Amino acid sequence: MKKKRRAEDTKNSEQASGPQRRIVKTRDFKPIDVGLLTVTVVAAYSIVWIVFNQLTLLSGEPGLVICTVGVFLALYWFVNLQIYGRHMAVDRLLGGLVTLGALCMMLPLVLLVYYVFAKGLPLLSLNRFTETQAGVGPLSPISKGGFLHAIVGTLEQVALAAVMGIPIAILTAVFLNEIGGRIASSVRTVVTAMSGTPAILAGVFIYSIWVLTVHDYSGFAASLALAILLLPTVTRGTEEVLRIVHNDLREASMALGAPDWRTVWSVVLPTARSGLVTSILLGIAVSIGETAPLIMTVFGAQVMNANPFKNPQAALPLVVFQQIKLPSQSAVALGFTCSLVLFIIVFTLFVLARVLGSNWLQKAFRGRTKGPGESSNEAIVEDLMAVALAPAMSMGLPSDYEKPRDEYDPDEDTRT
Amino acid sequence: MTSIDSTQEPRLVASSAKVQSNAVSLGVEAGELVAKGVCAWFSGRLVLADVDLEMERKKVTALIGPSGCGKSTFLRILNRMHETINGAELAGSVELNGEDIYSPQQRATTVRRHIGMVFQRPNPFPAMTIEQNVLSGIRFNRIKTASKDDLMEECLSKAGLWTEVKDRLSNLGGALSGGQQQRLCIARALAVRPSVLLMDEPCSALDPASTLRIEQTISEISEEVTVVIVTHNMQQANRVSHSCAFFLSENGQPGHIVEVGKTEKMFSNPEDPRTLDYVNGRFG
Ligand SMILES: Nc1ncnc2c1ncn2[C@@H]1O[C@H](COP(=O)(O)OP(=O)(O)OP(=O)(O)O)[C@@H](O)[C@H]1O
Ligand SMILES: [Mg+2]
Repeated sequence: MKKKRRAEDTKNSEQASGPQRRIVKTRDFKPIDVGLLTVTVVAAYSIVWIVFNQLTLLSGEPGLVICTVGVFLALYWFVNLQIYGRHMAVDRLLGGLVTLGALCMMLPLVLLVYYVFAKGLPLLSLNRFTETQAGVGPLSPISKGGFLHAIVGTLEQVALAAVMGIPIAILTAVFLNEIGGRIASSVRTVVTAMSGTPAILAGVFIYSIWVLTVHDYSGFAASLALAILLLPTVTRGTEEVLRIVHNDLREASMALGAPDWRTVWSVVLPTARSGLVTSILLGIAVSIGETAPLIMTVFGAQVMNANPFKNPQAALPLVVFQQIKLPSQSAVALGFTCSLVLFIIVFTLFVLARVLGSNWLQKAFRGRTKGPGESSNEAIVEDLMAVALAPAMSMGLPSDYEKPRDEYDPDEDTRT
Repeated sequence: MTSIDSTQEPRLVASSAKVQSNAVSLGVEAGELVAKGVCAWFSGRLVLADVDLEMERKKVTALIGPSGCGKSTFLRILNRMHETINGAELAGSVELNGEDIYSPQQRATTVRRHIGMVFQRPNPFPAMTIEQNVLSGIRFNRIKTASKDDLMEECLSKAGLWTEVKDRLSNLGGALSGGQQQRLCIARALAVRPSVLLMDEPCSALDPASTLRIEQTISEISEEVTVVIVTHNMQQANRVSHSCAFFLSENGQPGHIVEVGKTEKMFSNPEDPRTLDYVNGRFG
């Protein structure tokens, strides 16, 4: 894109001063092509609509969409073949396929965010952040009560999990990448296997070795389970970013007489800093949205319990899960609001982490160089995806999720 | 300034009396490096056989020879970087001021601190500022210095970079041109006050002006440190070195030294016809 702009710049300056030169553009998308695209889309849709709804008695939206896409691609190829010839037609066809792929990937994400907002926004108010469910019964108005107890619970559990899991994960990654040796490959296999562990298994594990023995339900038990879950994510992520660090830098450090730990601490880790931040955030995103292990470890609570080491605690994903399973529509709607609260909390956390992180980074990276994979836009996109995935996980896809429900109207509360 | 040496370690550096009498500003006596019967293997394949070479104190020794004849390998053996590669083995001994650097009492980190290295590709630490880059060796080795600012200025001046960067010392090391980065690496290597400086094709990625600047730097620092330089540039070898060693590996044979001698002699009337051919660019 930058290149294109530069080409135009030179063109303009030359038009002003020197002789006229025509820039040769081989793959430009001209206005007429936009028209062509639109016409093709409309034509494809019309054809499919007629065939589908008028001539045959087929029905169903998915079929319509798939047929439209197919017909569109065929038409688009044909039209381009007529106008530009074979090469361009193939070019455009493949371009269309790739763009479609990208759209398919973005679609669930956009829908998810939209869905959570659409369902959760009507019941969102400030007191959701400041009140607990204490004293809120089935007969109290829907506007009463909030999720403060769950917010506190989630933050404490995830913070504890991060404090326990992340240092171990980073040490493991350093071991795998910087030290290696014979054990490394088996450790790597174990880590990979761990990342495939069903989340509920971590919950069952902690339940049997911690909760069932003397300790009982507590936020700490949950953070143990979450730590197990974020360990493989952060380890693999960190290992990847450490691998990008150029070996020249390790040699430079060694040639100065630095011991190995010094090389890792002062050269390798700082160089991989921004990637480290990303993999840590990803690990936190994974653990903040987990629901399954919470059921067996924190149990859930209606009132505030700020002590993560004793007695059951609430957690946002758990509240979402419990609410969505309830029979009343208002309870389900409240579940979506809770999910939105989780969304907002995670988003705030990530933006904070990025801003603080990048301020810190900026101090160090004050020049024009950028580390591996370190465009801030990229980082924000990554964060957004992680943020969107967290509430999705928290829903845990309950079995009655797909059941059609009557639209809920917040003004017409069924409970009052 | 022999504060680098801790007293328990075998002494690699010449006595402090000599240091004072020479009163060199780098503060440490240049070292004499002697390689005896050095052989090197990669994954069991012999790539360097029976190399004997004396690198005189405060002289520049150039290692020349066609690509793949083992110059870099030999250079890395001189400061124990060779052993960091998986599957790399070696035989023979290397003595710095009469001490075998491969004896079991020697720690590799100590050896590398005394025998610095500049690599072919500039490799400043990207997460550190120019200032931190220069002082990194000091930090890594916990060397005490009276004034870090003085040391930094001294080393950057010696590397010929001070005037260019003195106003932006807090910029990142990566935010310099390639030639400047290479000079930064030289400054960084000088800051730990090595007795010997090894340079592996330090100018191969640089423009003529930077090359010239680095050659000047080499001449200047060779008054204080012993320099061993690998180069593919015959004019450069001719300009900067006092003596020359010609490496060759013929028909898949392991690399070995064909001829060693004073640079003038090597370039005017060498004893071996292959040397004459090589320095005149007729093969390799
Ligand atoms: N890491 C390695 N693993 C295996 N073989 C290696 C390795 N490094 C070098 N070699 C082999 O050792 C021999 C000597 O290599 P070396 O790098 O010392 O050559 P060189 O003289 O420095 O060449 P150049 O002038 O191209 O840098 C070569 O045959 C090379 O293939
Ligand atoms: Mg080499």
